[in-house]
Amino acid sequence: MTVYLLCIALFLVGLYGVLAKRNLIKIVIGLAIMEYSVNLFLILIGYVRGGTAPIISADAAKRIFVDPLPQAMVLTAIVIGLATTALLLAIAIRLYRKYDTFDIREIKKLKG
Amino acid sequence: MDWSVPLFVVVPLGAAFLTAIFGNAAQAFGRFFTSLMLAFLSGLTLYLVSTGNTLMVYQVGGHELFGKIPIAIYMVLDGLSIYLLLIINIIGFFSAFYSISYIKKYTSEHYYYTLFCLMVAGMNGVVLSGDIFNLYVFLEMAAISSYALVAFGIEREELEASFKYQVLGGTSSLFILLSIGLLYWSTSTLNIADISRVIQENGSSELITFVGIILLTGFGLKAAMIPFHAWLPDAHSSAPSPISSMLSGVLIKAIGAYVILRLFFNMFVISYNISLVITVIGTISMVIGVLLAIGQWDIKRLLAYHSISQMGYVVLGVGIGMLVLAKGGDRSLAAFSIGGGLYHLFNHAVFKGLLFLNAGAVEYETGIRDMQRLGGLASRMPITTSTSLSASMSISGIPPFNGFFSKLIIIIAAIQAHYYVLAILAVFVSIITLASFLKVQRFTFFNKSEENWNLKDVYVREVPFSMCFSMICLAVLCLVLSVLIVPSVRDIILTPAVNVLLDSARYSTTILGY
Repeated sequence: MTVYLLCIALFLVGLYGVLAKRNLIKIVIGLAIMEYSVNLFLILIGYVRGGTAPIISADAAKRIFVDPLPQAMVLTAIVIGLATTALLLAIAIRLYRKYDTFDIREIKKLKG
Repeated sequence: MDWSVPLFVVVPLGAAFLTAIFGNAAQAFGRFFTSLMLAFLSGLTLYLVSTGNTLMVYQVGGHELFGKIPIAIYMVLDGLSIYLLLIINIIGFFSAFYSISYIKKYTSEHYYYTLFCLMVAGMNGVVLSGDIFNLYVFLEMAAISSYALVAFGIEREELEASFKYQVLGGTSSLFILLSIGLLYWSTSTLNIADISRVIQENGSSELITFVGIILLTGFGLKAAMIPFHAWLPDAHSSAPSPISSMLSGVLIKAIGAYVILRLFFNMFVISYNISLVITVIGTISMVIGVLLAIGQWDIKRLLAYHSISQMGYVVLGVGIGMLVLAKGGDRSLAAFSIGGGLYHLFNHAVFKGLLFLNAGAVEYETGIRDMQRLGGLASRMPITTSTSLSASMSISGIPPFNGFFSKLIIIIAAIQAHYYVLAILAVFVSIITLASFLKVQRFTFFNKSEENWNLKDVYVREVPFSMCFSMICLAVLCLVLSVLIVPSVRDIILTPAVNVLLDSARYSTTILGY
């Protein structure tokens, strides 16, 4: 149970970063932390105490396996997260070239 | 015909691949190939509609059921999916055809078309997917390409809007992923039909309700319902105009509203509390969206706020139907109300797509989006003016345009279900919509302009053929869609979609076959 709570705490740390930080790069880091916590959560769902890798072998019936499906999901989620982070950072760099700052308080052409 | 289901994802993906490789060497290929591909998909969808076969299940990989466990990844094409496919591919075709002239002013055109194809592939995948994790993957595909397309102009506004959109969109995706994890935890399956079976057998628990709330937050952010709407006016007004018309016309429906409907009708058991929340969110979006819209002077920003408001109508119509179903009321009334909401979904895609194309045409010729500086365009751009007039009348609900009928159905349904306040609010919002579109018409097209277009070095004339063609076709569609009110036409297109939502509990049996 403690592990799950820590996982939620990690998610909240990321959310805090997104909500409270004013630096574009720190916001990206916050999103990345949230993503890691969700991935960690998915891995925890599939974990079985004392389980081994789910490979069929002669003594398969005697062993306990961890659930492989969340692992496959996490691999996909990591790839998607990579695409999102790469695009976010590319946009952040472009923004820096236009505004000469990473401070979101000074990037405010759109409002209303 | 089951083999045709994956074509809706495979063909746009292949087109994206080919355009990315050959688009730079052969510019004309990149330009026309996307339109051709979308014309093909629209034709295929229309053919599938005409055959009347409204349920096709394709199992990717072809694995059979293992006992009672569905191993294969399901792609489900039912009445609701095909209705959304029709919207996505038709509006997509007109936007792509419009882009042929419009997008010439940007560099790296072929990347634009590549991203366009990827976005269509993602949206088609979302509406076809019968597996909740696959749905998430397709949703991210559509969302990431839309982030990139919003920033396509790489000026200050575009970059800022795209960053804002990405931070909110990324957060909502993580909420969705978290809730998928929780669903897998509590039901041990990812297939939507199978999850629905497990929930029906075991009954709803507190965890399932919690998952429902997180999902509503995630997809509410994607659909830009009111407490989560902050990104929409920036993103939709900064994107290139054909993309604005895709985002407002299709994307917020396919990856926002559609998924909310599919999950809350077909996957979860319909509960009174959730339907109340959905109806209230719809009403708030409808009212606040229009109040924020009327004060805008930037023409695309005004249209973007109207998208929030009109999506409120859709959610309101469906929400009333859901409330009636949850209270065990009259099923024909629920069908009527849900039908009104879905009908408005199609209508909104057509007229809002057209309005954004009109705004794009004005911006293309004058380079101005501020209505205070525009004016007097009616004599110079007759086609843009007349098509924009028909779209404006359609969105404000003037007969015989399609918007009138769908709003009428929603209002009548609200009265019959005894939600008089909601009916009055719907009428009130419609009147303010009319007022704000009178403002658009007057200041953009009919007013005397301060800048004299004749004498200035800007020579304003009608836009090129491909842009005119798309606008005229969509304007005709605004009128033609009114025939959906005729029962014999409605039974072909709209009724199968409504039936999927109405027989919500039968979804799992139909898909899994036990």
